Amino acid sequence: MNKTWNNGAWFMVLPVLALVAFNAVIPLMTVVNYSVQETFGNNIFFFEGVKWFEEVLHSERFHAALLRQLAFTGTILLIEIPLGVMIALTMPRQGPWVSVCLVLMALPLLIPWNVVGAIWNIFALPDIGLLGRSLNGMGFDYNYTHQPVAAWFTMILMDVWHWTSLVVLLAYAGLRSIPDAYYQAAKIDSASRWAVFRYIQLPKMKRVLTIAVLLRFMDSFMIYTEPFVLTGGGPGNSTTLLSIDLVKIALGQFDLGPAAAMSIIYFLIVLLLSWVFYTLTMRSEDQS
Amino acid sequence: MARIELQKVAHSYLARPAGEQDFAVKELDLTWDDGGAYALLGPSGCGKTTLLNIISGLLTPSCGQVVFNGRNVTEERPEQRNIAQVFQFPVIYDTMTVRQNLAFPLKNRHVPSDAIAARVTEIAGMIDLDSVLDRKAHNLSADQKQKISLGRGLVRSDVNAILFDEPLTVIDPHLKWQLRSQLKKLHREFAFTMVYVTHDQTEALTFADKVVVMYEGEVVQIGTPEDLFERPMHTFVGYFIGSPGMNVAPVSVEGNRAILGGYAIKLARTYADTPVGAKLELGTRPEFIRFAGNGGAKDGEGLPVTVKRVDDIGRFKVAKVELAGVPLAVVADEDTVIDGDEARIVFDPDHVHIYADSQLLEGVAQ
Amino acid sequence: MKRLSWLVPAFYIFFLMLPIYWLLNMSFKTTNEILGSFTLWPTNFTVENYVAIFTDPTWYNGYINSLAYVSINTVISISAALPAAYAFSRYRFLGDKHLFFWLLTNRMAPPAVFALPFFQLYSAMNLFDTYIAVALAHCLFNIPLAVWILEGFMSGVPKEIDETAYIDGYSFPRFFVKIFMPLIASGIGVAAFFCFMFSWVELLLAKTLTSVAAKPIAAVMTRTASTSGYELGLLAAAGALTIIPGAVVIYFVRNYIAKGFALGRV
Repeated sequence: MNKTWNNGAWFMVLPVLALVAFNAVIPLMTVVNYSVQETFGNNIFFFEGVKWFEEVLHSERFHAALLRQLAFTGTILLIEIPLGVMIALTMPRQGPWVSVCLVLMALPLLIPWNVVGAIWNIFALPDIGLLGRSLNGMGFDYNYTHQPVAAWFTMILMDVWHWTSLVVLLAYAGLRSIPDAYYQAAKIDSASRWAVFRYIQLPKMKRVLTIAVLLRFMDSFMIYTEPFVLTGGGPGNSTTLLSIDLVKIALGQFDLGPAAAMSIIYFLIVLLLSWVFYTLTMRSEDQS
Repeated sequence: MARIELQKVAHSYLARPAGEQDFAVKELDLTWDDGGAYALLGPSGCGKTTLLNIISGLLTPSCGQVVFNGRNVTEERPEQRNIAQVFQFPVIYDTMTVRQNLAFPLKNRHVPSDAIAARVTEIAGMIDLDSVLDRKAHNLSADQKQKISLGRGLVRSDVNAILFDEPLTVIDPHLKWQLRSQLKKLHREFAFTMVYVTHDQTEALTFADKVVVMYEGEVVQIGTPEDLFERPMHTFVGYFIGSPGMNVAPVSVEGNRAILGGYAIKLARTYADTPVGAKLELGTRPEFIRFAGNGGAKDGEGLPVTVKRVDDIGRFKVAKVELAGVPLAVVADEDTVIDGDEARIVFDPDHVHIYADSQLLEGVAQ
Repeated sequence: MKRLSWLVPAFYIFFLMLPIYWLLNMSFKTTNEILGSFTLWPTNFTVENYVAIFTDPTWYNGYINSLAYVSINTVISISAALPAAYAFSRYRFLGDKHLFFWLLTNRMAPPAVFALPFFQLYSAMNLFDTYIAVALAHCLFNIPLAVWILEGFMSGVPKEIDETAYIDGYSFPRFFVKIFMPLIASGIGVAAFFCFMFSWVELLLAKTLTSVAAKPIAAVMTRTASTSGYELGLLAAAGALTIIPGAVVIYFVRNYIAKGFALGRV
């Protein structure tokens, strides 16, 4: 599109700018403020410089939460992306079943996150939950409220249940945009099923897959509600991911300084990694 | 190289077609001679792409058989029929280089790599892609990409026929003629059977030895460009080919005269028995009507018409006239002077045809 | 092999429906039955849980509150995003690329970071425990998303259409409403769908900014879980009911999901 230069366009952007800045800038300023100050109550603050940042960056607790978070995000990406693509590949391309499939698959995406956590909380209970009972019935010793491994398994399974459909929908949209002629040409060229995937489908899905990976990475890194309702961060703190830990410190313990410092570090990590993805997408777009 | 026959082929996209109107291609018998260059011409929706896909095997016809060199291939998949197809927009493998694109069909058929390399170089030379062989395919221009599509068809030495589905649609106009002549040259060298689908009559007429005209799922005429021009067998062919198309006017017929708006027009043939109740029409091309007395109204020769407008195209003029209220187009050469609103026109009896229910009537020569 | 490929989506959907079925199963049992026995189907089918919810203001107000702030947020987000997306799509202006990127970064902000600051900010503005507070707070991540989606759709409409309209004498507002918006209707649908979705499902900020008057259903449910000691049947029914608005929305946009995804930014 040939865009014309028009600085007057700022007026059109003003409402958005106001609403988002109000919600972003003021709170962030507060956070920055707290991150460099110390208070002993009564609203009296002392400037402390980078003390909180150092404390957080060196704290075992933060390292542990960060590691858990990376493990979680890494695992779900490794499962959800290939699984989502595979399901999208096997979905019907036309006919009445398409709507049925899409509607049913989209359902988990629209359930409030606390309900997702609650559903799985009960579903996985060893005594009254279908999953818990079945697993124990099959011979596994499974109790997610007491066993960290079981808790992780449940947490990951819940996320896969919750979010894979997003990848499926995106991948499916990408696949649908491929004109039939490509498949026809491949038939005429005697291409194998694998060649069709590798040379036609995968390249054309590159854009949507990048979006899917970016979205899932960001959202899983910031996840709070579902694991919190499922395990509360436990047993112990084995499933305490970054957000859960942060809220505990900020709203639970009201340790404003450390919470604020941790917030900024947290935000920067997400920003950095997302920026890397974003630039990679834009660059590959420029190439094509 | 193959002789392709379509025997009693018909196709409907509906599972249970109710009647004729549900068929995209109505029953037909067609033979495509070995090595022939055919154009499949018709307006959008006339069934030509359906027919093409039936030949290539991308579509299995609801009825009938497809026969290649005497072998029934109706149930065979495209890759088993050894055909190549070039689509409306370039279909290439974006992530591969030009060389890899051209080699792809051969690799899938397990041809040894040195044979592949030789063949790819040979074909690339013929279609002027040798300079870009090692570039990534998706960086090339539209016409180069179409050449890659074409090349993928040519690399296979056992190819029976190459089918083209409006391949020049996305090509810039000034490159179209270049590609067209290259295609003709390749056809002469390789002598493969070529079926070229298009809705552009210029493309069809300059390109093919024989043109198959389709209309609403039926083949209305097969013939050389001259046949189609001089003797359209269906009013649609007359109307579709030529610019402007053939004039068609309702008439009544008495022996060797046609009565149009009260005026008698002499015919070259006699039509003794016209089918009862049929819609009778007269068809004659604007090129075969001339103005009497160099345009000026003069007593005697010709039939009186009112001149509605004259468009000067350059090398000729197109005049829109009315004979007793019936609109006609007349093509006159650039020197003809057409004065005022009145004129007289003369028909050429050899190029006046009579149609009953849109089909050409034979009549008896005098 | 190809014939059986339909098994993959079939199994997946089965997997998706299992926990939902279990939830429904429990919602039609009494809490005693749930704790007492393990059955795949209620032995004493009862709707008392649902009745309790529909008659207890604490419960049904939760739904009303949630629907209220979600709707308000969707309207605000889309209304603000439309002109902004148009600006990004048609014009170049000072700082446009940076502004766009900054907007997207807000989508990347961990809500946990904003929990405490929002609490303080909205309390200071006397907006604590109101619909508008949550609706505005959710704008933080919904508006960037709406702008991003709408800009994608708008870029698909050639500028020539705008120019033709001006030549034909349309004023900008009239052109926007009568000509432009119908052209991007599916884009507006997709954007509204996502705004609704993310606002409806979000808990942390919604819970932080409300206490009684605007308490969303999500918060009502969590309170029930902890204080009255797991009224499972009631909880299950409440959960089941929260799925309904989502299901309704998907049903209505089902045609747009495939079309809109394919046509738009994605």
